[in-house]
Amino acid sequence: MSPGSRNSALGYIRRVANRKSALQLRARMIQAIRRYFIKQGYLEVETPALIPAPAPELNIDAVEAGEGYLQTSPEICMKRLLSAGYDQIFQICRCFRQAERGHQHLPELTLLEWYHAQMEYRGLMDECESMIRYVARVLGFHDTLEYGGKTIDLSEPWQRLSVSEAFEIYAPLGLRESMDKGCFDALMVEAIEPHLGSPAPTFLYDYPASLGALARLKPGDKRFAERFELYIGGVELANAFSELRDAGEQRQRFEEEIERRKALGKGVYPMPELFLEALEYMPDAAGIALGIDRLAMIFGDKASVDDVVAFTPEEL
Amino acid sequence: MYSTSDLKKGLKIEIDGDPYIIVDFQFSKPGKGQALYKCKLKNMINGVMFDHTYRSVDTFKKAGLEERKMQFLYAQDKEFCFMDVENYEQTFLSEEQVGEAAHFLIDNLDVDILFFGERAIGITLPNFVDMTVTRADPWAKGDSVAGDTKPITVETGYVLRVPPFVNEGEKITIDTRTGEYVTRVKE
Repeated sequence: MSPGSRNSALGYIRRVANRKSALQLRARMIQAIRRYFIKQGYLEVETPALIPAPAPELNIDAVEAGEGYLQTSPEICMKRLLSAGYDQIFQICRCFRQAERGHQHLPELTLLEWYHAQMEYRGLMDECESMIRYVARVLGFHDTLEYGGKTIDLSEPWQRLSVSEAFEIYAPLGLRESMDKGCFDALMVEAIEPHLGSPAPTFLYDYPASLGALARLKPGDKRFAERFELYIGGVELANAFSELRDAGEQRQRFEEEIERRKALGKGVYPMPELFLEALEYMPDAAGIALGIDRLAMIFGDKASVDDVVAFTPEEL
Repeated sequence: MYSTSDLKKGLKIEIDGDPYIIVDFQFSKPGKGQALYKCKLKNMINGVMFDHTYRSVDTFKKAGLEERKMQFLYAQDKEFCFMDVENYEQTFLSEEQVGEAAHFLIDNLDVDILFFGERAIGITLPNFVDMTVTRADPWAKGDSVAGDTKPITVETGYVLRVPPFVNEGEKITIDTRTGEYVTRVKE
């Protein structure tokens, strides 16, 4: 072993050792999350990570594995469980997304996903609030926590802000103009997200219909999808929908996503036919995916996901 | 061609005919949205920096950079002349392009010259260079404490601090990355 490689081995060991308290907090956080859902009457499920047909979404790229793909989220299989009569289910699992790597992104991430039949997205906001408050209490945070120099107050009612309102307040362009000019994502990241989630967590809700491929449209206003995202301290933590149940409409939206992927030269997966068939039997439901790595960042007051995982991809 | 998934700190790309190096890089992606690649880039010829956010459809031309082994010949009128050790072709770099490296350029020193196409744009020195001390005050034995240093001048006019036992006319090794004294060279 050369002196150089020895130094770098020691460097890795030291770095991993420095994460111990963050990893201990992460473990306690996951245990508290499990306890919360079990108490609420949820069934913990495990669905396959290797699937033949992920949901086609424009900006999420699945990793090919053997004959199929690694799941980008457990959404498709969990909704098939809803169709089969499992009406309150949660899962904590690994998901994989190609080429996502940054201080808030890992190509292999841990998601908490849960579904509740006979609920719509506003009900999920309440449940999300109560779950995170419960976990914070178990971890000894009580009503406030510090993240990136900001104090986050969990006790007051959490902020509920529509996407249109957020563009009006924080962005140089309105929502409609931003969509027309193709700069929705850039303005969201640069102008809006930094303001969200402090001093209280923010639920950003009602996204333009085209930005929720698996979400139900708002019954009174079809321009919007019943989708929300949760932010704490500027970090996007969770994405939720009132789930779309109409199989015909779902197929059409998947076809549109596939066309948009093709136009960008991106890979195209087979249509998830069994999921579309099962959708006919799915009850009204709401579902949410929450990033466990990012929640561990928030509770641990860490600026990067690198600080809350045992190993980053670069350290393997 | 590079794609956005190749972007990282230190990558060198060509934009509008100039080579750029990425000096800072941040990946972000709003939920269900497109990936955004925020870069700070530095022009490798004139040092000018700029920020730009790229999207996953963007592609990048690899900067046609090549390092050639050359020897330093002489400096004249704020220009530094180098010779290719294989084909004896001569190349010039300006004072700005050489920068701090000028402190360590002794005759016949082997260096790497960075070329962008046929244009020389930068220099990489060997990590260690041996240089002759041209001026050093004598060490008054007995009046020094361990850890003391004194300033000396080497053949290029560069001034640095060395242990008191180093004498005029001796050779010393200097680390060109830090500009600091490493050891006395035993002839």
